[in-house]
Amino acid sequence: MEKLISGLKLGLYQTFILDNNYQYFVRGIGITLLVTVCALILGLVIGVIIAIIRSAHDQQPVNKRGPVLKFLNGVCKVYLTVIRGTPTMVQLLIMWFVIWASARATNSNMIRCAIVTFGINSGAYIAEIVRSGIMSIDAGQMEAGRSLGMSYADTMRFIIIPQAFKNVLPALGNEMITLLKETSIVTVIGLKDLTKGAMIIQSKTYQAFVPFFAIAAIYLVMVMFLTWLLGKLEGRLRQSDIR
Amino acid sequence: MKKKILSAVLCVSMAAALLAGCGSSSSTSADTTEETTEEETEEAAEEETEAVEEASEESAEAAEVTTVTEGVLTMGTNAAFPPYEYYDEDEIVGIDAEIAEALAEKLGLTLEIVDMDFSSIITSVQSGKIDVGIAGMTVTEDRLENVNFTDSYATGVQVIIVPEGSEITSVDDLSNEDLLIGVQEGTTGHIYCSDDYGEDRVIAYTNGATAVQALLQGKVDCVVIDQQPAISFVEANEGLAILDTEYVIEEYAIAVSKDNEALLDALNAALAELTADGTVQSILDTYITAE
Repeated sequence: MEKLISGLKLGLYQTFILDNNYQYFVRGIGITLLVTVCALILGLVIGVIIAIIRSAHDQQPVNKRGPVLKFLNGVCKVYLTVIRGTPTMVQLLIMWFVIWASARATNSNMIRCAIVTFGINSGAYIAEIVRSGIMSIDAGQMEAGRSLGMSYADTMRFIIIPQAFKNVLPALGNEMITLLKETSIVTVIGLKDLTKGAMIIQSKTYQAFVPFFAIAAIYLVMVMFLTWLLGKLEGRLRQSDIR
Repeated sequence: MKKKILSAVLCVSMAAALLAGCGSSSSTSADTTEETTEEETEEAAEEETEAVEEASEESAEAAEVTTVTEGVLTMGTNAAFPPYEYYDEDEIVGIDAEIAEALAEKLGLTLEIVDMDFSSIITSVQSGKIDVGIAGMTVTEDRLENVNFTDSYATGVQVIIVPEGSEITSVDDLSNEDLLIGVQEGTTGHIYCSDDYGEDRVIAYTNGATAVQALLQGKVDCVVIDQQPAISFVEANEGLAILDTEYVIEEYAIAVSKDNEALLDALNAALAELTADGTVQSILDTYITAE
């Protein structure tokens, strides 16, 4: 038992205090959060646009679908298939070593690459989440909006999307949590995120227990905080439902 | 919210308890004492025969070493480090693989090679996942605090790979603030460069091939890596060159767990024999052509 405690003490010392190692965690948390938040915003923009195209196509009677809409729908479908059908790590490696091969390995370049890759990736998942939300709104809402003289875009913006957003919030929260944890694979391109920080400490001190448990706890706390925030938002949005 | 925190704390402590349970082996000793009182008479008879068997085994030079899997020497390596270890078809071959094969043969064990990230090798040796780490590994102070090392079997040199016509012409040029240095994570090159030039300019890749790929694309300006793999990488890729001045010179050795002194001694003895009869040198010669 004493040996265990002294081992743990050494582990804690080497992981956090030696050579100011705690800095790896601090900087890592910053990079992980930055990548997650920016990728989520990018993903939401991509996702909503694609969801609107896809649901507009699906909700139109078959004989009334215009050629432009059909083409856009086809492009979206290819995007969804490719992005959802390949591993995120592969996408990241392709983005960094093939598509953006000319980039220098500076921190800001690696962060940009990670944000774009994860944004495009999570956009595909968010698109289907948002589409499910839009499709869940009764067709009568659209008909009512249009018969009151509102344009299609206005009805979407002021009537359908706000209701859909409320419905898909739990699923979006899921996507956000997954994204936060999945950013840990940016280690393959050399970006020093939270996971890379623990790996560097492991390779310097040969301690595995403390650094990995530490980042597991940090990820857990971050997810718990985000879940709590999301709960607050959901509660606020539901206020008008209580009569 | 309080409930949530409480349940999270409980979960973590339970997980810790589970893990702690895995680590201890003290319970087995209690079991055996119980057994001995019960089956003392039986065992007394058995012991005699066992003693005879053991004696005969020893004479057959099946050394008294305990390994993770009985009868198997499990070796951890990072097989992206030619010519020390690399894949040929599906098999891991190279200097380290052949030396390990020869050592295992001396000890009367069969060899099993496990491919893993370089930075995980020492932790795996420590935690008893593998018996030995043979991966062109240099003996350093920090590593010695966590594992034992055998005598050295080869000399390694850390060199600098640059694109042909690069502005970098000597080690001194690396101190230029704008340069980015690619390394393999956890290698001595990584450790020394981080100490010498600061964490921000050193980009660590999980294997040497990726670091060289980054160099070819201009993502980094140079790669600090061991000499032999460097020669192989430069041969395989057009437009790369190795600087004439070395970065560091160091000794390669085999990492063994601190809890397994017997294996360390056995390996040292076997290594001495293999060095004496020229096996080690001939293995080195097959892979490293005269410069």
